[in-house]
Amino acid sequence: MHFDAFDRYHEKESFLHKLDPRVKVLVTVIFIVSNALLPDGAWLAFIFAWLFLLVINFISKLGLGFTVKRSIIALPFALIAITVLFSIPGKPLTTFNFLMWELTITDAGFLRFISILVRSWLSVQMAILLVAVTRFPDLIHALEHLKVPAILTTIIAFLYRYLFVMTDEVFRLIRARESRSGGVAGRRSGGGVLWRAKIAGNMVGQLFLRSFERSDRIYNAMVARGYAGHLYTLNAHEMKSYDYFAAAFAIALIFILQLIGRL
Amino acid sequence: MLLSPAPLHIPDGFLSIVVSVICWAITIVTLYFAISKTNQSLGEKQIPLMGIMAAFIFAAQMINFPVAGGTSGHLLGGALAAIVLGPWAGMLVMTAVIALQALLFQDGGLVVMGANILNMGLITAAIGYGLYRSVSGQSKAVKLGVAGFAAWLSVMAGALFTALQLWLSGTSQLNIVIPAMMGVHALIGVGEALITVAALSFIMQTRPDLLGEGSESAKGSRNWIYAGGIISLLVVLISPFASGDPDGLERVAIDMGFIDAGQDAPYSIIPDYTLPFLGETALSTILAGVVGIAVVGAIMVLVGRGLKAKS
Repeated sequence: MHFDAFDRYHEKESFLHKLDPRVKVLVTVIFIVSNALLPDGAWLAFIFAWLFLLVINFISKLGLGFTVKRSIIALPFALIAITVLFSIPGKPLTTFNFLMWELTITDAGFLRFISILVRSWLSVQMAILLVAVTRFPDLIHALEHLKVPAILTTIIAFLYRYLFVMTDEVFRLIRARESRSGGVAGRRSGGGVLWRAKIAGNMVGQLFLRSFERSDRIYNAMVARGYAGHLYTLNAHEMKSYDYFAAAFAIALIFILQLIGRL
Repeated sequence: MLLSPAPLHIPDGFLSIVVSVICWAITIVTLYFAISKTNQSLGEKQIPLMGIMAAFIFAAQMINFPVAGGTSGHLLGGALAAIVLGPWAGMLVMTAVIALQALLFQDGGLVVMGANILNMGLITAAIGYGLYRSVSGQSKAVKLGVAGFAAWLSVMAGALFTALQLWLSGTSQLNIVIPAMMGVHALIGVGEALITVAALSFIMQTRPDLLGEGSESAKGSRNWIYAGGIISLLVVLISPFASGDPDGLERVAIDMGFIDAGQDAPYSIIPDYTLPFLGETALSTILAGVVGIAVVGAIMVLVGRGLKAKS
């Protein structure tokens, strides 16, 4: 597996790519918080939030529809919110029978359901864009600047670096299982569910031991190269004047968005 | 494709700000203790180890086995991580995994990440380790049995907490979301339990030194037994109450005054363009949260004391 198999970074020369990662993290979080704060049915504000997304999509040079393509990822979760359609008292819109229940969709419930979906859809697009225009190591570095404890950022950095190695290891284990799992067409192959679970568990155990031993080798290699408990970076992030300006401008826009939502 | 299909990753937009903030507060307090304990007790060697272990949990979540009708069982890993690495390290490892899934793959939201870490990383680790620790020194069969039960219960606890947070945010109706989440996860939990038991038994056979006397997992304080026990008890008590008599729980919430706060949170934080720091309704929710944080903090201090007394 290629080392960047899990990478979500899209190389481009744009203002957003050059922006300090701290600013990008901050604005992303503020944008998502702002979505959560907008009241139900603040359609004008939702539309402006979406325009905001379109504009930064454009600035990023990734294409206007870039974030929309991947944004359906949170949709399956919408199922969990479906009950608000019926549970919030309001003017009944339509009534139908489902199995043994008689369900009535109310206007307030409908409003809330759609608002939850829109909030989620806007927020996930911002998160998608963040990793598309920021290299992951830079992102981790930004978190460190934003006072996330070093031990956590270091673990995440290691996790990111060895993600593809351990995934390769899993593929090897799965390939080994497949190649030993021949079956005759038309006949049920493999043991019962318990037996299958045991095999899967053994694979997890095997993976654990391989990871454990690998971490030993990695540690020794790191010590041999001078590791003393800290990771260093050559990429010293410094906030420039345009970073401050971009942050202030974006936050002001989001604030106006909040005002529009409450008019 | 490769991502864990666990339906516990809450995306942004599904929890209200008040609930998100309370969950973050509990998560941050717990992680603060986890980090200071880990810094005290572990050398610099443990950091690469925990990083690789996080990658291990991430990768292990891809291993699945076919059950029936196209569904498959797979691992969440919170209980297993805590049992093998010790509770504090297990929590940090799970936090890293959940943070990466949210940051890199948008599997779970950013502002609700505190809730996701709490549900899938901290509670699962506390239950998994607490129950497992209570049978240390017993026979292998007992240990494995308890580990399996702990793994199942940890998934149920995660589902219960997720359901409660969704309800408090006004996103789902209590009498539907609790039975639905608990029902689905009762099955998912069985897969978790089977894989956890098989993996532990494999490790016990091949590298017993990693789980035996003097290992990280044996070093955890005995207070974890109480912490894990209390959370387990809560889950066991609340679930039948909530699913059998949801109106009962709702009544309790109304009496305590935090149901309105939960549901109206998006409106009450900045009403009428003024910025009162806390709406009157939000205040009671936050108070409830503060009580929760105090309880968690007290448990952590107890655990921490025990750990210190031991070393």
